[in-house]
Amino acid sequence: MTPLTPAPRRVGFSRKLSRWDIKVSPYLYISPFFLSFAVFGFFPIIFNIWVALHEWDRRLGQGEFVGLDNFAWVLNQPAFWTSLQNTFSIFVLALVPQLILSLLIAAILDQNLRTKTFWRMSILIPFVVMPVASAMIFSQVFGQFGLVTPLLHDLGWFTDVDSPFFHNRFLSHVAIATMIVFRWTGYNALIFLAAMQAVPRDLYEAATIDGAGRARQFFSVTIPSIRPTMIFVILTMTIGGLQVFDEARVFDGSGSGGTGQGGSDDQWLTTVLYLFNLGFGDWQDRMGQAAAVAWLFALVIIVFTLLNFFLTRAIADSGSKPTRASRAAAKQLAAQVRAGADAPAARAARAERSTLTEGSQR
Amino acid sequence: MSTALIENISGPGAKKYAERRAAKGKPVKLSGPSDDSGGRRPGWVTYGLLSVVVVASIFPLYYAAILGSSTRLEIAQSALPRLVPGPNLLANIGAIISNHQIDFWTSFANSLIVAVLVSAATVFFSTLAGFAFAKLGFRARNALYVFVIATLAIPMQLGTVPMFIMMNEFGWIDSLTALIVPSLVTAFGVFWMTQYLKEALPYELIEAARVDGATVFRTFWSIALPAARPAAATLALFTFVGSWNDFFWPSVVLRSQKTLPLVIPQLSGAFTADHALIMSGVFLIALPLLVAFVFLGRQLVAGVMAGAVKG
Repeated sequence: MTPLTPAPRRVGFSRKLSRWDIKVSPYLYISPFFLSFAVFGFFPIIFNIWVALHEWDRRLGQGEFVGLDNFAWVLNQPAFWTSLQNTFSIFVLALVPQLILSLLIAAILDQNLRTKTFWRMSILIPFVVMPVASAMIFSQVFGQFGLVTPLLHDLGWFTDVDSPFFHNRFLSHVAIATMIVFRWTGYNALIFLAAMQAVPRDLYEAATIDGAGRARQFFSVTIPSIRPTMIFVILTMTIGGLQVFDEARVFDGSGSGGTGQGGSDDQWLTTVLYLFNLGFGDWQDRMGQAAAVAWLFALVIIVFTLLNFFLTRAIADSGSKPTRASRAAAKQLAAQVRAGADAPAARAARAERSTLTEGSQR
Repeated sequence: MSTALIENISGPGAKKYAERRAAKGKPVKLSGPSDDSGGRRPGWVTYGLLSVVVVASIFPLYYAAILGSSTRLEIAQSALPRLVPGPNLLANIGAIISNHQIDFWTSFANSLIVAVLVSAATVFFSTLAGFAFAKLGFRARNALYVFVIATLAIPMQLGTVPMFIMMNEFGWIDSLTALIVPSLVTAFGVFWMTQYLKEALPYELIEAARVDGATVFRTFWSIALPAARPAAATLALFTFVGSWNDFFWPSVVLRSQKTLPLVIPQLSGAFTADHALIMSGVFLIALPLLVAFVFLGRQLVAGVMAGAVKG
């Protein structure tokens, strides 16, 4: 018995070590995220309340406690309300064409094309063009010496100003919305394409036999089938689209002598740009007020996103009612939508899995 | 398929077309979306429409190259001074690169350092956490994972002002550290890698490694990391693009130091109203990522179609 005693002791030690390894490692591995989130995610949000309740200078730091004065100040600034209006106006002007175009492009791509990869890559080019760069180029296109202004002038519109897109509020929103549409349409089209490819092909066959043409198939089969993806895309567009900054910041930058602060009369001042100007602009140090804007705007985003979510769902629901034209397809479809509506996440995961494995095989 | 049915479905034009095809002995099929495995090849209208989309996609860069190869006088006279970029573009780009105020190479190096470090760290830490969430058992795993996903919904500018104050306290203002350290790992990265490893990594492999006496980290390094490579590559690409193109946060924390996006607004100050020089600079700065895209675009397309989240 005695010669055996050292051996179990060694095993015991390494076993203990290994058990400790198995127990502690998972926490160690997830800790970078939680540490990073605690310091750079959670703490700033809490700290933001504190900042919003104080005078705060960029150089001098914390000033005196002012309670809700910063919030009251912001709510009394016409620029804040203008910025909210501008943000929503640009958002709507960008969202609608983006949705329509990306759905159409996806439908065109959802065919048995030659050189598929070429087309898919080409429409994704705008996504890798630096947003500030494309904003600068579009400012040139819409500027005094650009392509569009002479057209307006030839039509006899806005002939009293050299660069109507920097002058007129609505036109400046159109210009900025164009930049956003340019950047995201191809990206969203690929997301829609992935969803369209997951639509069972026998639905189209059934619809065809029941006499539905291409357009009818698109509206009665394709659109209802990709409903969860549409909701997802509209939600991400909402959250991202309300935070417009890059485009508004450099819009008048293309040598037109602009200040990058949203126009002489705040024509294209967006809320994030307003926050930036208050907290970090060259001309004032109102970090407390900027923090208040951050809170108010976060509230607006949350409310609007929820509203958008319910609205989108309601509209999509009414659109997915079975139709006369393709009764068989509609029946299958209804079943599919029912299944899909309960588990949009599972469905997204399915699509994700198949594409990822495809990628790994390459 | 009978031509009568085709007429009923797609109209008399389609019927005529189908009859002509049938007379030539070619197969007649109905229109409609078809999967990759086969089906009718679309006609020239489809390719025409797609070409329009492609032209629109490259138009801004093309326009920047056109203006960048002109002179300021030519631009003042015509909005489209030429149709093909000329040799002047290289001369203008040379003027941008050699300009001391712009300091192109330093900004380029800064952008590269930040984007490479941020994407490498994001991939490593996200894969590590993804491995733990997907394949290791520990207490409160599901609750913590739900928490990670929930943090995705927080609008990030909510923290801009306090983040600036923190960076100031840390002495990181006007330093690349302020761009790198807060972005070392993201909730999206963790989510992405977890979802992938759940599917791609069989439990048997982990068991086998454990039986062979590998430590948990050894198992991660030799088994999970290689298995995660496709998803990791996609995550690296998206993180790189996001970091490379970021404008908001560098505008907040940098002063004299610059990354490439910060150079762009500076161009108009450096070359007052000389649109030719400004546009050649914009073209130059947008170019590197596009060159990379030629080689890596395929992977990016696969990533978007796999359901990547914006930003």
